[in-house]
Amino acid sequence: MTAAAVEVEDLVMRYGAKTAVDGLSLTVEAGSVTAILGPNGAGKTTTIETCEGYRTPQSGRVRVLGLDPVSQHRRLAPRVGVMLQAGGAWSAVRAVEMLDYVAALHQNPLPVAALAERLGLGSCGRTPYRRLSGGQQQRLGLALALVGRPDLVFLDEPTAGLDPQARRTTWSLVEDLRRDGVTVVLTTHYMDEAERLASYVYVVDHGRVLTSGTPQELTSARAQNIISFQAPAGLDTVRLTASLPPDCTVTERPPGNYQVDGLVTPQTLAAVTAWCAQVDVMPEHLSVAKPTLEDVFLDLTGRELRS
Amino acid sequence: MSGLTFTPSPGARPLSRMVRIHAAMETRLLLRNGEQVLLALVIPLLLLIGGARSGDVIDLGSGRRIDVLTPGILALAVMSTAFTSLAISTAFERRYGVLKRLGSSPLPRVGLLLGKVLSLITVIAVQLALVAVVGLGLGWRPTGGVVAGAAAALLVVLGAAAFASLGLLMAGSLRAEATLAAANLVYVVLLVAGAVLLPVSSYPDPMQPVVTLLPSGALAQGLREVASGAGLSLVHALVLAVWAALAAALTARTFRWE
Ligand SMILES: Nc1ncnc2c1ncn2[C@@H]1O[C@H](COP(=O)(O)OP(=O)(O)OP(=O)(O)O)[C@@H](O)[C@H]1O
Ligand SMILES: [Mg+2]
Repeated sequence: MTAAAVEVEDLVMRYGAKTAVDGLSLTVEAGSVTAILGPNGAGKTTTIETCEGYRTPQSGRVRVLGLDPVSQHRRLAPRVGVMLQAGGAWSAVRAVEMLDYVAALHQNPLPVAALAERLGLGSCGRTPYRRLSGGQQQRLGLALALVGRPDLVFLDEPTAGLDPQARRTTWSLVEDLRRDGVTVVLTTHYMDEAERLASYVYVVDHGRVLTSGTPQELTSARAQNIISFQAPAGLDTVRLTASLPPDCTVTERPPGNYQVDGLVTPQTLAAVTAWCAQVDVMPEHLSVAKPTLEDVFLDLTGRELRS
Repeated sequence: MSGLTFTPSPGARPLSRMVRIHAAMETRLLLRNGEQVLLALVIPLLLLIGGARSGDVIDLGSGRRIDVLTPGILALAVMSTAFTSLAISTAFERRYGVLKRLGSSPLPRVGLLLGKVLSLITVIAVQLALVAVVGLGLGWRPTGGVVAGAAAALLVVLGAAAFASLGLLMAGSLRAEATLAAANLVYVVLLVAGAVLLPVSSYPDPMQPVVTLLPSGALAQGLREVASGAGLSLVHALVLAVWAALAAALTARTFRWE
């Protein structure tokens, strides 16, 4: 049996008239890596900061490691590592000095030099925070969340703005956290990140959970295969659909990008190419593929994630 | 590859230890900031030396110039650190999310506050020692012995509490830029019009009660009286205590951490 590390039940959070979180529920199993995926303004940060004890739930219930994040904050704080979406250090403090400081507040901190090295902060250890690049500040924020050897970490967009190599470093770190039994809750805009790291994914938008499951469940709940191709915009998708087996549908999104969903068989593929030949268009980049989390997401939210 | 393992082993250090760690950090950052050092040490010492050497250009009233000047500069040193410096640094801690980030660290809010107090005490002690030594070198002759010393210490503690509460009130409610401007403005205004440089008796008669009720006036005048052997005036102590209590109560109600 695995106990829940985080339980959120029917959380509602408003800023004035604006409802940021609208009856959201989620459960994070101890030892898992759970991703909260959603577009800008979906309510990810608000949810996570409520779990961190920064805000009192206006309605609903939040428990972290079995404790109330607000009233039992002092017991909880040493056990929970927090990486804020931005900021959080004095402008004149040197990177390693900041890490040393937070380490010193903990009983059994990680070795600071090794942690800094692992996150690629070795070369900028004496640089004042305000002169660190955005990515270096981001990695320092991650180091600060980990240095106290927490049971649970909340990482708010840990790889936003990182170069590809730094993203990989962060990914391998998250994999090590899972290996060592640290529970990880992360928010992200990146599908590939959620797909690769998370054992469980919550897709949220407008402050609500749209769907949840393991990445495999989410992708296989949908059509088995997708045919996609590019061609001039404005093809007659109704006529194309009519020429395909009954349960297939064709959508054009964005213009010039066509997608065939449904029971995709070799016959379906043949029918698509036959129709293209008939109207004399070349289906470019024609492919048959398993749907990715990104396809699932677009289906659910109708929105591009990256912005 | 590093053999770093992340196996959980969480725990906070004891509060007293965290408070000392935090105080050391704040003190280090203050010393690293040129403007803050200017405010804390350079300006008070320049005013002390300049004021003592300026002959009769500035009328300091009756009594030996250096005996009027030194207690005022001691009060200025307290004000610069407990009010201006604290207000500005805390406002920027709020602005840069430092307060937010510390909110999820093992250091509780009471520890943060105690750390700030410990840092203030350290810095103010160094300032007062330097100002006093320079003052003595310039001929300052405080009287009253140990009793006067204890009375002065009480005034300094009350004054620092009043100024610190006012500084936090400002830092917790205004934007960082507004705090930067306002804290410096208040510093200059009190320096000139708050009985810091001049004794209360040099102000026009109708202004004297007002000046005495300002925290700067109460602290500087209280220190002048104590150092001249006139003893501790309860009025000055009370004025400072009331400022401290009012500002602290307001700060507790209005301080915004983010
Ligand atoms: N302090 C605030 N005051 C007013 N509105 C806010 C505040 N913080 C967030 N909001 C609003 O609440 C909604 C949810 O914001 P939140 O920051 O939780 O989203 P998010 O999913 O983290 O977005 P992003 O991916 O851009 O970080 C947004 O519409 C945002 O404008
Ligand atoms: Mg966010």
